[in-house]
Amino acid sequence: MTFQTSENLKTKISYMSDRLLPKLVVAPTFVSTIVFVYSFILWTAWISFTKSRLLPRYKLEGLIQYIKLFTNDRWWVASKNLFVFGSLFIIICIITGLLLAIFLDQKIRIEGALRTIFLYPMALSFIVTGTVWKWILNPSIGIAKLMHDMGFLSFHFDWLVNSDMAIYTVVIAGVWQSSGFVMALFLAGLRGIDDSIIKAAQIDGASLPRIYLKIIIPSLRPVFFSALMILCHIAIKSFDLIVALTGGGPGYSSDVPATFMYSFAFTRGRLGLGAASSMVMFGAVLAILIPYLYSELRSRDNE
Amino acid sequence: MASLDIENVKKQFGNVEVLRSISINIAHGEFLVLVGPSGCGKSTLLNLIAGLETISSGIIKIGEQNVTHIAPKDRDIAMVFQSYALYPSMNVRKNISFGLETRKIPKPEIEKQVAKVASMLQIEDLLDRRPAQLSGGQRQRVAMGRALARDPAIFLFDEPLSNLDAKLRVEMRTEIKLLHQKVGTTIVYVTHDQIEAMTLADRIAIMKDGVIEQFGTPKNIYESPASIFVAGFIGSPSMNFIPCEITEHDGNLKILLVAQGDEKCLVPVKGLSSSPEKLKGQKVILGIRPEQISAFNLSEKKNNNVFKLKCQVRLTEPTGPDTLVFTQINNQKTTCRIHPDKAALPGESMEMGFDISKAVLFDPKTQKRIY
Amino acid sequence: MNSEYFSNDYQKTPFMLFFRVAVYAVLIIAAIYFLIPLVIMIFTSVKTMNDIRTGNLISFPRQFSLEAWKSAWDTACIGVTCNGIKGYFWNSVKITVPAVSISTIIGAANGYVFSKWKFYGSEVFFSILLLGCFIPFQIILLPMAKMLGMAGLAQTLPGLVLVHIVYGLAFTTLFFRNFYVTIPQELVKAARIDGAGFFRIFFKIMLPVSIPIFVVSIIWQTTQIWNDFLFGVVFSSGDTQPITVALNNLVNTSTGVKKYNVDMAAAIIAALPTMAVYIVAGKYFLRGLTAGSVKG
Repeated sequence: MTFQTSENLKTKISYMSDRLLPKLVVAPTFVSTIVFVYSFILWTAWISFTKSRLLPRYKLEGLIQYIKLFTNDRWWVASKNLFVFGSLFIIICIITGLLLAIFLDQKIRIEGALRTIFLYPMALSFIVTGTVWKWILNPSIGIAKLMHDMGFLSFHFDWLVNSDMAIYTVVIAGVWQSSGFVMALFLAGLRGIDDSIIKAAQIDGASLPRIYLKIIIPSLRPVFFSALMILCHIAIKSFDLIVALTGGGPGYSSDVPATFMYSFAFTRGRLGLGAASSMVMFGAVLAILIPYLYSELRSRDNE
Repeated sequence: MASLDIENVKKQFGNVEVLRSISINIAHGEFLVLVGPSGCGKSTLLNLIAGLETISSGIIKIGEQNVTHIAPKDRDIAMVFQSYALYPSMNVRKNISFGLETRKIPKPEIEKQVAKVASMLQIEDLLDRRPAQLSGGQRQRVAMGRALARDPAIFLFDEPLSNLDAKLRVEMRTEIKLLHQKVGTTIVYVTHDQIEAMTLADRIAIMKDGVIEQFGTPKNIYESPASIFVAGFIGSPSMNFIPCEITEHDGNLKILLVAQGDEKCLVPVKGLSSSPEKLKGQKVILGIRPEQISAFNLSEKKNNNVFKLKCQVRLTEPTGPDTLVFTQINNQKTTCRIHPDKAALPGESMEMGFDISKAVLFDPKTQKRIY
Repeated sequence: MNSEYFSNDYQKTPFMLFFRVAVYAVLIIAAIYFLIPLVIMIFTSVKTMNDIRTGNLISFPRQFSLEAWKSAWDTACIGVTCNGIKGYFWNSVKITVPAVSISTIIGAANGYVFSKWKFYGSEVFFSILLLGCFIPFQIILLPMAKMLGMAGLAQTLPGLVLVHIVYGLAFTTLFFRNFYVTIPQELVKAARIDGAGFFRIFFKIMLPVSIPIFVVSIIWQTTQIWNDFLFGVVFSSGDTQPITVALNNLVNTSTGVKKYNVDMAAAIIAALPTMAVYIVAGKYFLRGLTAGSVKG
């Protein structure tokens, strides 16, 4: 050890501080991510292999909860509902969003105002959306009454209380809330297309519909892809909308995995089963996510 | 007094060696230019000198101080960046004084310094503007002002002229050289432009793939390039590299140049160290700069170094002062710099004079110069 | 792209005229579809119950009445208490304000490090952090409930604030990191050579240019946290519930006569803050949506 002058020491400290501070700043986030995300996932995974009911038990019992889950009628209803809701929600949102975006891209005078109108539902809570649509779709004094007042006396609309149709009301409300966002994604995509490609197509004599079908829409592929990812994600996680609109009912006819998990884990005291169902949801998200991340990484490598 | 000593500096990113054992020494007040193609490691080396990246091994000394492991701010350096890196939220005055304020220099002194630098660079009118309101050339001046205000031991320039248009680049180049003459501070300057390197430098380090190919004065590098790479990199239009074979003729070693139409010319080879027996039949590359090939005139007949060869002109490119004439020698495209009045038209042939006094020979295998 | 290439010549043909009329018609019908729920909500909230029973969804209110609004705010029964939703509204404010500010500040500092002070392993950590964005939150509900219980924060506002901060960090970090990578690294180099350290560079160089991204982050976090239902319903009860949970309880309270006008007034009150944010700063709102769209 040599004696260091204070000047020398100061120099050393400032050399070290810029190397240490960045790590110190992100350390709390690091710890919180490890604890609150990754170890929590492991905890839930562990519980899903136990016989936990009202209180967690830690003795591993194998796949018993998963067997219970996959032999549970309500889980299958929930899964089927998610499939029905998810596919309709995604398809309708993408079609509506794309059409609105293409129409808005025709030098519309009131574009700004229209965009604001199409997008505002995205600022609302799903609970608010659910509440409003529950009122609109009310079988006695909602839209049915409106139609009767307008003279359509035979009009009958009871989807909200019809176990076969309840899940479709969720589609209606979900599309209303999210298609404006898809529109915004597509509009941004359209505005990003290189003008010269379209000019070249025009010089080649292509008609307007043909230019859209053959050139513009195919070049929006990445937007389709991210819209698909986002809508998938919204669909799998959808919970609030179903709770507010149908409460999963009538009975459990409009349950989805998210409401299933909540009701088993928190109102029926079946922790193990709730944990198992959330693990399956997690698996589904991963199955969607991994190809997405893979393609993202690959396109980044190509840059 | 600040000399710069770089000893055996290495830099790795993961498994990739970006710099392999670099050593450079320059004296106080010298203007060093690091030049090379992109990815050669020149900017990394500059960042190491600045302390912006850490050294894998080796030592860097500024003056007498070993700065290898101290922070950039304690190295007494100032740097000018390619993108100028002006702080967007501060006006020009603040930009120039920021470094002084950080160093807790008294206010009146800062003001004096800012005023001095502003007048030196003629940016007094710009002091209250923001970077966004300045043109490229003005930003460049402010960036230099910011460096000058600090009065550091060494200035570092990282491709400072690359973002300017051609005309402004030439103007600023002159100005940087004038500035150096005025302040006399040591400068390390990174560029990929060989003209900047030639015009500005006291010493040039030509880099390639993380090693220094050649380190020397501009004249030295231009006239005695160490390798084909250096010879081709410095000088525009680039040196001609004509593949030849050494033959023996009348007891002397010679190389044969063949133009189209089977015109031939034997050129003597001298100064090679190996024995004639060994050299006979060896393949070499003759390096000859375009300005060393000109229209042959009779007065040169007596000059032992000039050899005549009748060549066919394939293409001409008038540049104004000279016309570049392209021909084919030993099946290699060859550029000649000809006086505009003497250049023949494409398709015609003309007599060229090859001045071999400054020609060089390279070994095609090692790419190094053998004479 | 904007379709100006389909130039004036086209527009003069009858086909083009028809096309443009059709485009406007479709867009306006769509706008009506998007607006109608809002109109119904507002109409219903200012009707009397009698008016609701005799009229229909879109009939204009015959008597303009703010009774339902007063009731929703002050006296409506949620569960067993009948104090309206005002308490829950303030709960949401008390959750949103600290959670948004803290997660934004930490996110800004993280983003600064991940973009400008990369260190060995920082990229890996950033990816690990980002992956956390994608998990369905159901998977962390059980252990989080247990941990909040052990920390004595179960069913409390601070507990909810903590949850929102923890699971918002990935997004705020992503916002700031993606913003700061667009600021040239040379700026940081220049400042370091000028003698500025880690914090001085952050406060003097980065913060002054970060206002737009702060707005984006604050808006995104505000809408996310204000509109949250899942964390609210799981980690709070009774007095500590946020407004979304209270609204749902109000609407689904089955005792007594269903007061649709009160439901709608409460729904509007719950939606007002985020709607206001959207109207005032729509541009930033959209930017946040697209930037944060990885979350969905």
